[in-house]
Amino acid sequence: MKHLRQLEDQSVYILREAYKHFDNLGMLWSMGKDSTVLLWLARKAFFGHVPFPLLHVDTSYKIPAMIEYRDRLAREWGLDLVVGQNKEALAAGMNHTLGRVVCCTALKTNGLKQLLEHKGYTGVILGVRADEEGTRAKERYFSPRDKHGDWDFRDQPPELWDQYKTTFPPGTHIRIHPLLDWTEINIWEYIKLENIPFIDLYLDKGDGTRYRSLGCAPCTTPIKSTAKSVDDIIEELRHTTVAERSGRAQDEGRGMEMLRKDGYM
Amino acid sequence: MNMVVSKPSESLNIVIVGHVDHGKSTLLGRLYADTGSLPDGKLEKVQAICRQQGKEFEYAFLFDAFLEEQEQGITIDTARTFFIWKGRQYIIIDAPGHKEFLKNMISGAARAEAAILLIDALEGVKEQSKKHGYLLSLLGVRQFAVVVNKMDLIGYRQDVFDGIEKEYREFLGQFKAAPTHFIPVSAKLGDNIANRSEAMSWYSGPTVLETLSLFKKEAARSEQPLRLPVQDVYKFDARRIITGRITAGRVKVGDHLVFSPSNKRANVKSVEAFNVEPQPMMGEAGQSIGVTLDEQIFVERGEIASHQEQLPSVSTAFRANVFWLGKRALEKGRKYLLRVATKEVDCEVAAIHRIIDTMDLAQQQGSNTVGKNQVAELTVRTKMPLAFDLSSSFEATGRFVLVDEYDIAGGGIITELVHDEQEFLREEARRRDFAWVKGEVGIEDRAKQYGHRAAVVLFTGGRHTGKSFLARKLEARLVADGRHAYLLDGENLRRGLDADLSEEERGQTAEMARRYGEVARVLIDTGLIVVSTTNPFGLAYRDAVQPIRTLVHPAPVIAVHMCKTDEELPPNTDVVLSGPMDVDLAVKRVMDELKRRGVLAEAIGSKPTFQYSI
Repeated sequence: MKHLRQLEDQSVYILREAYKHFDNLGMLWSMGKDSTVLLWLARKAFFGHVPFPLLHVDTSYKIPAMIEYRDRLAREWGLDLVVGQNKEALAAGMNHTLGRVVCCTALKTNGLKQLLEHKGYTGVILGVRADEEGTRAKERYFSPRDKHGDWDFRDQPPELWDQYKTTFPPGTHIRIHPLLDWTEINIWEYIKLENIPFIDLYLDKGDGTRYRSLGCAPCTTPIKSTAKSVDDIIEELRHTTVAERSGRAQDEGRGMEMLRKDGYM
Repeated sequence: MNMVVSKPSESLNIVIVGHVDHGKSTLLGRLYADTGSLPDGKLEKVQAICRQQGKEFEYAFLFDAFLEEQEQGITIDTARTFFIWKGRQYIIIDAPGHKEFLKNMISGAARAEAAILLIDALEGVKEQSKKHGYLLSLLGVRQFAVVVNKMDLIGYRQDVFDGIEKEYREFLGQFKAAPTHFIPVSAKLGDNIANRSEAMSWYSGPTVLETLSLFKKEAARSEQPLRLPVQDVYKFDARRIITGRITAGRVKVGDHLVFSPSNKRANVKSVEAFNVEPQPMMGEAGQSIGVTLDEQIFVERGEIASHQEQLPSVSTAFRANVFWLGKRALEKGRKYLLRVATKEVDCEVAAIHRIIDTMDLAQQQGSNTVGKNQVAELTVRTKMPLAFDLSSSFEATGRFVLVDEYDIAGGGIITELVHDEQEFLREEARRRDFAWVKGEVGIEDRAKQYGHRAAVVLFTGGRHTGKSFLARKLEARLVADGRHAYLLDGENLRRGLDADLSEEERGQTAEMARRYGEVARVLIDTGLIVVSTTNPFGLAYRDAVQPIRTLVHPAPVIAVHMCKTDEELPPNTDVVLSGPMDVDLAVKRVMDELKRRGVLAEAIGSKPTFQYSI
């Protein structure tokens, strides 16, 4: 399990760099397996404490079990939870039938932008991984966003050894990605190694299906699987050649590139 | 397709570099396709898109994710890709070859433990082939293989391959780089990628896939002397935890640590960790750890912890090889922020010795600037003493980046320590501090008791500028406020401590400054705020300031310069009092500076520089 400890050491280093350099720092937590591992790594980095707020952009379409899980962990671990929501868009009836990219942009990208703007965060920690999807493979650990939250992937800052971009002009912010080098299997291996509590939607509870990736209920479909434990999941992933996000509708076509350029996670 | 599923026990980061269009992304695509590592339908999906757009399918399209990359047929930014082969997990970084994206190539290569460098058999060794080869060496990637691609376009001829190998080996030999293998391949057709080529029976070496398995995991740096750059100091609960990533060696409970450049010392009391049972007793290179010390000493981010027998160098200058990526050229004399491990310090480029042309390694002298994507040999001078190593002995503490405004604009490796004029005094201070006999009351205990830290306020300036007068007023004000301050007047040393010196010897600034500095050092250890002037040095005061700083280091020195008219300031002046000024106002300005520097407890703000509570 040496490779997991190496990944952990790197992520902990990045989290401590983020905490050192950003006065107004927040961490996105979607309650999925990745951002929950990220939350665990923060407790590792800060010896059981989480010294910044956890941000959840609530689209209102999340699977209810996710919200219950969120509130339970927040209570048990003493987390400072901040929930943001694009209420205007919801009041105007925004939903996925109006178009998936349209809906994601309004409820997630814009919901996130409103939350960041409202609270004035200059550093945001996210659990994106390079192996999830093509544009995330090209991310930096410390990735700047301009005044509009846009990502200029044509001109990313150099990242040398353990030196990251930690200074930035006023009005802009930095996205911090401590999990870039982790794969989906690494995440589950680590959940097992550290015995991290995770949401049981990832397991088959008897109907021969489970969620492999969690998002909004209308746009996320379970996969056929009989994995009933973390061990089963790891075994299943070792043999699969199906993409992790194949159950995520927003990935179709060039959806993710368009979304991420404009500030999506 | 032969899919091998195995449980990885280690992971290795590999970068693919080389000149634009020599086939890096194609090689990567082929490697994945031929080992069955692509997700279901990915190949078919990309093939379908190509058919639809009426262009020939290329393996490169599998990883060039951006629309723009596919349209232009080039890689813009590095992509991390993952695959598992024979018990090892690989992160393969596909770096762009176009010279415009050199900073992206460097970002990719700086993360790698091994590299594959591609050369097009038809085009031969090109500009970026050489530059990338040179940069790999500069970035510390010593393990790499050279892949000669597109062998199909030259009829798989061995003589062409041999010619490229000879030419390129000669080039690399000039800076002592030696590839593990030269491999002839056709990435497009799959020759010698995962499967052995039938068209090149003359080649008996490993395939690209076999070469990956032959790359060794980076040699354990744990066997080296300890280097632990302090990343941060936490006090979330009762524990005061010093954190950092060990870049070399090991640290154990009970070890005696020296922090450089402050020379502070303490023993490791515990190694702290969350959700680890039983509590660890040691840490080794690569680990991000936290330790507590047996004594409350004040250490800051940027200091390097080591064992006393094997200390890092300390100086204000070093010589380095630098590559520049900034949008605006690097200029001699301009100020930059230097980062070595976790230390940040202001610096300037004191000299540009030569620009190195990576095409032929020719050297050009006499330049005052280094342009974008150029490599140069420089001398860097820092504002404050810095702990570092030579990159030939310690990788992580022997390299640095330069920050221009908001951006990392260059990186380099330290090749030589440059001796500065403070070297002897610094050594004196180090030897004296290591042998210093402490009482039971530590410096932190005194700070808590007194409500302030020890510091030196040094008034500089020419004759009759009011230094002594203001020094007295400041001392009085500090004591009136309940602080422990003392006016150290040089005149009092002259008649006593310096009574053994002849009149001529008393005129020598260096020795007088040394004695003065050592007395100040003793007073600092008593926890006092020492208020003083450069009066005893007369007009040679500028030569006395630096030795005093060196000897009282790491105590803060607040330098207050007084002058009648505007004049050139001594280096590192904190407060300037020019022309006639109200005494109370002048005292207030010095007090504000003391607060800002964290000497007085009130200065502790939302994110205090000094993290102990008083």
